[in-house]
Amino acid sequence: MSLKRIDLLLCCGSGCISAGALKIKEKFLQVLKDNGLEGEINIIETGCMGPCDYGPVMVIYPEGVFYQKVTPADVDEIVDEHFIKGRPVSRLMIQDADNQIVQTAKEIPFYQKQVKVALANCGYIDPESIDEYIALGGYEALGTILTSMTPQDTINLVERSGLRGRGGGGFPTFIKWQMVHDAPAKQKYIVCNGDEGDPGAFMDRSLLEGDPHRILEGMMISAYAIGASEGFFYIRAEYPLAIKRIKGAIEQARELGLMGKSIFGSGFCFDAEVRTGAGAFVCGEETALIASIEGNRGNPTPKPPYPSTKGLWGMPTAVNNVETLSNLPTIFVKGAEWFASMGTETSKGTKVFALTGDIRNTGLVEVPMGITLRELIFEVGGGMVNDANFKAVQLGGPSGGCLTKEHLDVSVDYESLREKGAMMGSGGVIVMNDSKCMVNIAMFFLDFSVEESCGKCSPCRIGLKQMYDTMHRITIGEGKAGDVEELIRLGEAIKQLSLCGLGQSAPNPVLSTIRYFREEYDIHIRERKCPTLECPDLLHFLIDKPRCIGCSLCAKKCPVSCIAGSREEKYVIHQIDCVKCNNCLMVCPVKAISKIPGVHQDVIDAEVMARELAENED
Amino acid sequence: MKTLADLKQIREKAQEDMKLRGANTRIKIVVGMGTSGIAMGAREVMKTFLEEISGRNLTDVLVTQTGEKGLSSMEPVVDVIEENKPKVTYGNMTPEKVKKVVVEHIVNGNIVSEFVVATGN
Repeated sequence: MSLKRIDLLLCCGSGCISAGALKIKEKFLQVLKDNGLEGEINIIETGCMGPCDYGPVMVIYPEGVFYQKVTPADVDEIVDEHFIKGRPVSRLMIQDADNQIVQTAKEIPFYQKQVKVALANCGYIDPESIDEYIALGGYEALGTILTSMTPQDTINLVERSGLRGRGGGGFPTFIKWQMVHDAPAKQKYIVCNGDEGDPGAFMDRSLLEGDPHRILEGMMISAYAIGASEGFFYIRAEYPLAIKRIKGAIEQARELGLMGKSIFGSGFCFDAEVRTGAGAFVCGEETALIASIEGNRGNPTPKPPYPSTKGLWGMPTAVNNVETLSNLPTIFVKGAEWFASMGTETSKGTKVFALTGDIRNTGLVEVPMGITLRELIFEVGGGMVNDANFKAVQLGGPSGGCLTKEHLDVSVDYESLREKGAMMGSGGVIVMNDSKCMVNIAMFFLDFSVEESCGKCSPCRIGLKQMYDTMHRITIGEGKAGDVEELIRLGEAIKQLSLCGLGQSAPNPVLSTIRYFREEYDIHIRERKCPTLECPDLLHFLIDKPRCIGCSLCAKKCPVSCIAGSREEKYVIHQIDCVKCNNCLMVCPVKAISKIPGVHQDVIDAEVMARELAENED
Repeated sequence: MKTLADLKQIREKAQEDMKLRGANTRIKIVVGMGTSGIAMGAREVMKTFLEEISGRNLTDVLVTQTGEKGLSSMEPVVDVIEENKPKVTYGNMTPEKVKKVVVEHIVNGNIVSEFVVATGN
């Protein structure tokens, strides 16, 4: 085998794959073969590199050149110019805010405020190679712990590090471990919660896909600390690649003897397997997750008893989130004090976030706790697309809440966010510009929770549906005075009375938007207007007569034939029949048609007339 | 695998396979692969370097390429860059000369002065 001179790291995270990364790989293999270069260049599929918005992305070593938005058509040029002639293709490089070309990955502003702990290897190694993980210090933490520390030492070190659960609640990891450790039982279990289900969140998925061995090592550390000999990865079936990678990692670890009987000669035995979930959101709740692993319907059960005393098959069980486990190997290699030096008083270390929405750098980021929302959104995230105005940020998915401009300087940590009515959650961050209707957004999340409610307890099953119906009425112009108060009353009741975390947090999106955007709700109800023009029932289309050239295109495209007129008279929309399909606005060659907030007077008059008619008939 | 020493062994071997991604290398060989370099046989020179170095199992040497270096009359041009030492530039390289440079310079540390066209930065 000839010596390799180039490592091409091709991001094969889910974002880049859907943007066509695999086609690019195919094309590279073909072009390299045509040029007789296949022996000199390694193509490595890595996990998510983070800047998903620029996908498909790749990094070429030894120079570390970063290419973005690569298409199969660019491959010939990269091979000809870069691989053969040594001239990196500047056209495919990222430009910074001053339009300067940024050549290498580490100079990209997106990465500069980030601190990668859990994501350290993600996008840098081949996730299907245990050797590459070991090359970067993998399994060293496990080996050291097994050969020189007691389980209690292990728990104490995690206590000093200040690590808290990354799944959303932020429960201190060491307390959970201590409870399982102290519970008297012959058999204990460790479960990795990979049932990530928030809309817009892909942190756990990227970790599982990009660096599976790290999570496996973290699981084994946790197992040793609590005294478990068996572990389960609970991953949803919608994540087939994550499942494949974890299964592959388990097999490789078994082959090398890193898993199985008496690991590192210590007497500690461990084995793990993967259980796939059917994708119910409620199965991310630990008692429902345990029920699902046992083969039962994924319904939550009241706590206590907590899983740490009575979990899987009635045995003490620690349920740790993917990201929590990912942090463990590094904490043991670099030390608890190093980890605790990052973050705030109560929230230590880093947090992985999935940035989405109207933001320039959508993607996967890892930042130290205690960074402000402003830094997260405007520096790491690169600010708003088209420099639009920032309106709100939704944190924590369907369990979290919206924060506004006033909160941009809030520190990102468990306590500060909860105090403001949002939550850390698992790390989904949805940034919105001022064209988004907050009533609609809250209704979207509520709709999700209604769908995902398991139906076991009535506050969640019935209450959420009632809230949803009220929200729906508001968005179609049938809101009544007092609706908002009723939403608050219901929301608070559901939070207090629901059985599990899903119901206890599901009203948050509505309650937080009422708290910060009350005016928007009131305008919807009182004036029957949607200021952002997002609710189709609360706006109308209007043709500006002086501008109209009478071309009749709009009338031809109208599916309900509600536009009439002539070249001389110009065209008019018959408001009562309009279905708000947007066709006329799209086809108008002189942009004479626009959306106007509020219900048209004709429609209101028609409603009044219909009501009077109905009354007269009675 | 039973001990931390076993793990270390695997790690060291795996690190060699990943050295292109920034692990420490003792010597970097940069072949000028501009149009004129290629016309003068830089591809063959590059190939010979890769073969010689992997054949001798020199794990701390990195071979890479760069664009036009401006010394068109002396192509193919090759830089040998060692840490804390001035850069050595060889010109008019051929596969035969490459073999000599690998043995004399890369392995034994003696610059082959007859092929040198420039030193220093």
